[in-house]
Amino acid sequence: MNHLDQLENKSIHIIREAYASFKNLGMLWSIGKDSTVLLWLARKAFFGHVPIPLIHIDTSYKIPEMIEYRDNLALKWSLDMIYGTNEEALSAKQTYPDGNSTRLQCCKDLKADALKNTLNGEWKRYRMNHNTRVYDVDHSTEAYTGVIVGVRADEEGSRSKERYFSPRNQHNDWAISEQPPEFWNQYKTDFAPGTHVRIHPLLDWTELDIWEYIEREKIEMVSLYFDQGTGRRYRSLGCYPCTSPVESTASNVQEIIEELKNGKFANIAERSGREQDKEDGGGLEDLRKDGYM
Amino acid sequence: MNKENRHMNIVIVGHVDHGKSTVIGRLLADTNSLPEGKLESVKEKCRKNSKPFEYAFLLDALKDEQAQGITIDSARCFFKSKARDYIIIDAPGHIEFLRNMVTGASRAEAALLVIDAKEGIKENSKRHGYLLSMLGITQIVVLVNKMDLVGYDEVVYQQIVKEYSAFLASINLKSIAFIPISAFNGDNLIDSSIQMSWYGGCDVLQTLDKLEVKQSIERQPFRMPVQGVYKFTNNGDDRRIIAGTIESGTISVGDEITFYPSGKQTRVKTIEGFNEEEVTTKNEGQSIGFTTEEQLYIKRGEMVVKADESIIHSGISFKANVFWLGKQPLILNKTYIFKIGSASVKGHIERIVRVLDASNLSTSIKNEVHQHEVAEIIVVTNDSIAYDLTHELPKTSRFVIVDDYEISGGGIVIEEVVGFDHGEVAHTIHKNTFWQRSYIRRQERIERHSQLPVWILIAGEAHVGKKPLAKALENYLFQQGRLVYFLSTGNVKHGLSNIYPEQERHTHVQMLTEVANILLDSGHITISTATNLDKDNYHTIHNIIDGHRVIRVWLGDNPFNMEIDILLKPEDTNYNVQKIVNYLKNNGVMYKGEFDAV
Repeated sequence: MNHLDQLENKSIHIIREAYASFKNLGMLWSIGKDSTVLLWLARKAFFGHVPIPLIHIDTSYKIPEMIEYRDNLALKWSLDMIYGTNEEALSAKQTYPDGNSTRLQCCKDLKADALKNTLNGEWKRYRMNHNTRVYDVDHSTEAYTGVIVGVRADEEGSRSKERYFSPRNQHNDWAISEQPPEFWNQYKTDFAPGTHVRIHPLLDWTELDIWEYIEREKIEMVSLYFDQGTGRRYRSLGCYPCTSPVESTASNVQEIIEELKNGKFANIAERSGREQDKEDGGGLEDLRKDGYM
Repeated sequence: MNKENRHMNIVIVGHVDHGKSTVIGRLLADTNSLPEGKLESVKEKCRKNSKPFEYAFLLDALKDEQAQGITIDSARCFFKSKARDYIIIDAPGHIEFLRNMVTGASRAEAALLVIDAKEGIKENSKRHGYLLSMLGITQIVVLVNKMDLVGYDEVVYQQIVKEYSAFLASINLKSIAFIPISAFNGDNLIDSSIQMSWYGGCDVLQTLDKLEVKQSIERQPFRMPVQGVYKFTNNGDDRRIIAGTIESGTISVGDEITFYPSGKQTRVKTIEGFNEEEVTTKNEGQSIGFTTEEQLYIKRGEMVVKADESIIHSGISFKANVFWLGKQPLILNKTYIFKIGSASVKGHIERIVRVLDASNLSTSIKNEVHQHEVAEIIVVTNDSIAYDLTHELPKTSRFVIVDDYEISGGGIVIEEVVGFDHGEVAHTIHKNTFWQRSYIRRQERIERHSQLPVWILIAGEAHVGKKPLAKALENYLFQQGRLVYFLSTGNVKHGLSNIYPEQERHTHVQMLTEVANILLDSGHITISTATNLDKDNYHTIHNIIDGHRVIRVWLGDNPFNMEIDILLKPEDTNYNVQKIVNYLKNNGVMYKGEFDAV
């Protein structure tokens, strides 16, 4: 087995363990390359099917192509697609783009809080109706007890400390120094009522691994990652007010791989285009404790 | 070096403050593996805070870690040599965080163990060494660090080499190499040290590049824990796929396989995959799925082995070495969950043979095992579980102990223990393992009779007309040319009670099921009746019946809300016969032949 095979097989093993262990399991899909690879791995794990609902947190500031791509794939791959959003903050215009919030507070409200309340079923969820091809209010308000997430250890400092199966308590807290041991492919699959577990099948993947796998498997990606003739493309996707494209003429997967290996990004962190990472040295870790991905 | 060998996970362990983080910081910096500007920004931060720069700061990605000044978790760093890419896992040296050290070490193929030349060998130098051996890590490189603090003195170094080699030998380990270094000054990390010209060996990077990537040992027996049995019916998919990750060995289409602990046997029909070329063989480490020739009733937790390879152990009791990480001590007669592969069973500690302090290898006889201690114990589980012995096949000898939702300890099975009552499950395994199979395959019988052998089990309260319904159904099917038999519970019971008087009701269910199993094997549609079956009875039935379908009919009210297939009112018998027949027809039990004319 080569390196990509090893990563793939381990991730599939973890996804199957999660599927066997949690009655209410969901998978977060941010539409970005990592969680789309995760979705692809789920199709591999279950031989073409995706028996796990996909959850997207819509901040309403996502780049429009992302939503279009999400709904297209949801229909094409028969995905059980769910989204949630912070309706209160949006209608009160309590956001950074509206000028009423800082970047980090906005992330907390539109992403972390929306995620927490979508997962626990406190806020409205919307579910794709495959007959009408529109989203209906989801009648189920059951909390998700297991959530599969596409974070990678190489993204930034706090993520390098995650477990494959990482418990969160009733308040969604991540007690970093109290994490359970994890060895011999045995994971924390027993949990007390009220707690939930984040599952991270992509922990060992790097950005380059992700792109090489996308190329190998020919996975369809949202067009924003590629230069469409403007000399700019997105390296990491987020909300448009806080994510800027990078200068790059890579227009297909091979060119991105080449750029990551030998080009100008070989030594520059992926999230350098994400403004919220820069505001505070440990800001992301605090956000992660609050449930941010 | 080929592409397959280009990645390796290394864990770095050792006593607190012996300099692990500095070694990593140095390796990252000296191999130019840091993101652009990182080194400068950390240096700048130190200048601002009037703190001397240390390479260890490079790893302090987390705020509360910096606050405590110790590594609390297994952080991962990536660095490259000319030969390959490394993931280096920084395991904390503080005793409080032993569970994090174990987490980090278990992901590694090799370990760097750091010993402070000035302080010498400390408790965790030994404890970590011992745990590495239990975790199964055999490639260990010992770095004797801070040589600058002892004036680069060879005598100090040789003394540590001698002492620690003796310790490793006492736990049957041998290090790949000892290297004298100064991570602080960069001696012997990626270059030979000028200060220690007396050392003629390789530097750290050269030594790492020479390590072997874990290669599967050829011709190991096949082991695969069943992670799940999938049947997704979307888009007309009717595959029933047994999925799991191969722990060792290989499997091919056509192989005869046995599931443990149930002992059920069949043959691999197809190997399934998605977006990959069709293959007929899969190997160690691959997450796979296959279909079987016979539709057996298999659950997650069974271990798949090949029929012609070495047999796996299976039972309810074994002796093991364990390390304990839980805050509450491991005690006798408390219920814990034991997990081996995908199996998860409840059980208890029957005996604590001896407790070992891994920091000095002294043993004692105690009734409980405390946090960070190692012990030899005897485990007794409530249900049978399949396992290998550590000296035969280490991977499938490994288990974890769950206490109050948390993985609190790990162990390796060292020997089988007999003498505990095995009960019904073990009996079934025994029977399945020794079941004589004739030359006629199950599928041939099915084709001959154009019917699936099913057991129609009509249950309900007493005196609601179960037997008249069973006999009428048998008669109807017989008149249609079916191979059918009404197996009366009373006949079995009265016949056998001469030989085995005074049985419990539970035993009657078992006896009836064993006889039904034989009739099903012969291809008969079998009909029986039973009064007030409960969930336990159905569980027993499923354990005994080998892969055939049981159609659960309930006549009258269903008081226990049981999962059943056909619910009937005790009314017109002919009407009920037709309802059952329709069910059989719709479920493909009788799929061609004269029945179609009905």
